[in-house]
Amino acid sequence: MINVKEVVETNEMIEKENLDVRTITLGISLLDCISSDLDQLCKNIYDKIYDTAKDLVSTGNQISREFGIPIVNKRISVTPIALVGGAACKSPSDFVQIARTLDSVAKKVGVNFIGGYSALVSKGMTEADRLLIESIPEALATTDVVCSSINVGSTKTGINMDAVRLMGTIVKKTAEATKENDSLGCAKLVIFCNAPDDNPFMAGAFHGVTESDKIINVGVSGPGVVKTALESVRGENFEVLCETIKKTAFKVTRVGQLVAQEASKRLGVPFGIIDLSLAPTPAIGDSVADILHEIGVEHAGAPGTTAALALLNDQVKKGGVMASSYVGGLSGAFIPVSEDQGMINAVNAGCLTLEKLEAMTCVCSVGLDMIAVPGDTKDTTIAGIIADEMAIGMINQKTTAVRLIPVIGKGVGETVEFGGLLGYAPIMPVNQFSCDNFVNRGGRIPAPVHSFKN
Amino acid sequence: MNKTIITVVGKDTVGIIAKVCTYLAGESINILDISQTIVSGYFNMMMVVDMAGAAKDFNTVADDLEALGKEIGVVIKCQREEIFDSMHRI
Repeated sequence: MINVKEVVETNEMIEKENLDVRTITLGISLLDCISSDLDQLCKNIYDKIYDTAKDLVSTGNQISREFGIPIVNKRISVTPIALVGGAACKSPSDFVQIARTLDSVAKKVGVNFIGGYSALVSKGMTEADRLLIESIPEALATTDVVCSSINVGSTKTGINMDAVRLMGTIVKKTAEATKENDSLGCAKLVIFCNAPDDNPFMAGAFHGVTESDKIINVGVSGPGVVKTALESVRGENFEVLCETIKKTAFKVTRVGQLVAQEASKRLGVPFGIIDLSLAPTPAIGDSVADILHEIGVEHAGAPGTTAALALLNDQVKKGGVMASSYVGGLSGAFIPVSEDQGMINAVNAGCLTLEKLEAMTCVCSVGLDMIAVPGDTKDTTIAGIIADEMAIGMINQKTTAVRLIPVIGKGVGETVEFGGLLGYAPIMPVNQFSCDNFVNRGGRIPAPVHSFKN
Repeated sequence: MNKTIITVVGKDTVGIIAKVCTYLAGESINILDISQTIVSGYFNMMMVVDMAGAAKDFNTVADDLEALGKEIGVVIKCQREEIFDSMHRI
């Protein structure tokens, strides 16, 4: 039987160390909604999402109540809309109508985000893909909870540089379209390489075409729990350090597994995967940077940071994989800047730069995330940063992503406030040298060779 | 069997266990195990109970106990046993 010490340990994790289930994400296929009539399509989408997800929020809240574990977000991911809307949409504004439909049904069922306003263009773009991408600035400016993601490269196909170049411009246009709100639209737009089909985390979640009709994916979290566990092994060697992270990750993931199975049973929707991610929030003590500090670097970004992050990421996976029957999604430590107080402190201390963040993304999920840059950063420079990050993902056979926010009207040294889980961020300097001739070449970067790995 | 863990955390005073037990008996909730410990100066009591015979549903019992806790000046939480089992047992 469970003893009192174990009960106290679990409840301290929840009450003092911010242990929570970060998200229950219900993936819904919209392929059976397809119609060549736009109004009919929107009606089909609204009805299917409403019917499937109407009990999601209340079920999540009830599970949270019974187990005493916070379930922070309930979300929906849908089939990439470029595939669903292709037959009906003849212009970017047609796609915007679908975005508005997603927004209204998401609000109706009470979820806080809906992901899947997406296109998969890692090799080439269809006309529908292009129209959807062109509609992104207006779609994100005129909706509140719709998230967009574009997959522009993969290890198997290489990088679609036409799409990368286009996304440089789209990111800027989205920033312009939402400049009244500190370019918040860009916080809902992710550019991926090797995007997973079953990611429950926003803004990059979509319901891949390889998935079943509907599925429950759960994202766990718990940077604070890992940090607290590491406080008890200060000065110990790497073996002890790694064992401690592994054991903690195991416990955290078991809670996620339990919640996922319970949600699956109650909603009558199959369980998909657990995403083993350390996802920070702006709350004090809920920071991945604080874990790196506890491992031994003064601030995130100091020499040793990449190695510390690599071991953290690997041990979280090792502990988590055994705790769950199915693991997927992004699964790794997230290193967003604005959503992590420790990262913000590191930037303000002058310790963490865009270049170091790029190096860190080589060893963890997911990429350059929630980084505010000056509003006058050129389209081509943004495209160049995207290309660099995509190349890391392509060559290393991992998911990488870019979520940059060029804050219109603001420059280096200023701060931007997004609010809530998105936090706030100091605006970071960007390398001013040009890459115009590179990103304007057009075409594709070929897929890499899978041997001779050095 | 519908096992629930009730935890009581707060400053130790006379009659905490008695009051909680009286409530549980009134609701036909069977106590399977009681243990307690002191963690950083605080009184921590844990009860394993079986709610299978209870007439009220989980939420009502949890609300009642929370209110009772406020009355006594302690925090009372109800959680289903599975969360502890999954975390601490393979």
